[in-house]
Amino acid sequence: MAESSPTIRARPTSPHLQVWRWHLTLWASILHRAAGMVLYLGALLLALWALELARGAAAFAAYTRLFTHWPGRALLMLITLSAFYHLANGIRHFFWDMGKGFAVRTANLTAAICFGFAILATLMFWWRLGSFGAYGHG
Amino acid sequence: MGDYRTPLRRARGLGSAKHGVGHFIAQRVSAVALVLLVCWGFSQTPFLVRGGHDFARAWLASPLNATLLILLAGVGFYHGQIGMQVIIEDYVDRGAGRTALLILNAFVWLAAAALTTVSLLLVALGRGAV
Repeated sequence: MAESSPTIRARPTSPHLQVWRWHLTLWASILHRAAGMVLYLGALLLALWALELARGAAAFAAYTRLFTHWPGRALLMLITLSAFYHLANGIRHFFWDMGKGFAVRTANLTAAICFGFAILATLMFWWRLGSFGAYGHG
Repeated sequence: MGDYRTPLRRARGLGSAKHGVGHFIAQRVSAVALVLLVCWGFSQTPFLVRGGHDFARAWLASPLNATLLILLAGVGFYHGQIGMQVIIEDYVDRGAGRTALLILNAFVWLAAAALTTVSLLLVALGRGAV
């Protein structure tokens, strides 16, 4: 095992961004990861929300005000989109874990469904927030 | 890579950590819980966004809301820690940098879970600042 060290370093990185042709199911796979990373950040924002809530009305108002302007609002929209996509594609993963849905046509179709669901659900969610007057008055 | 050794030869000596299956199962089981918790979270978000500080305090005084939000955050951080660990192991070369990131990742989820739980409990018990 003395010569094993260079072999270990030469192991490929997953999911092989350098050598794969970009197609629908690859996008579905890499965006699942990207969405997961966005949600990691989103979870930390939730922790801060809880902290500022406990610190009182002034701290809470200052924190939520960060998300009334467009950079903060755009970040929340990205987190919403990521959550819906990761949710849908995670359910796609459950079917794979049960050994179903591996046929190329099925995998392509379910990838497209996940993208469509994520976009539609995000639009509907933010439309509902707007209709609640949540952001209408600044 | 000019490497003609068989996959078996390359895998030999690397060994199994003997807990990969547990990791895989923990990721899936936490995901099942999160499907339900996230749907509940999305159903509650519009009220919380509209309501402001007073509403959030009253909302958290409900044991069901406090419990589910603590679970959503805690299971979410745990699931995120597992996923981030996989990403680090996939993309960061072995060495001190990778070890440091894995340790940081382990600290982040526990710290975030503790901070969230304590904060939400304080508010739920009426002990948060007004």
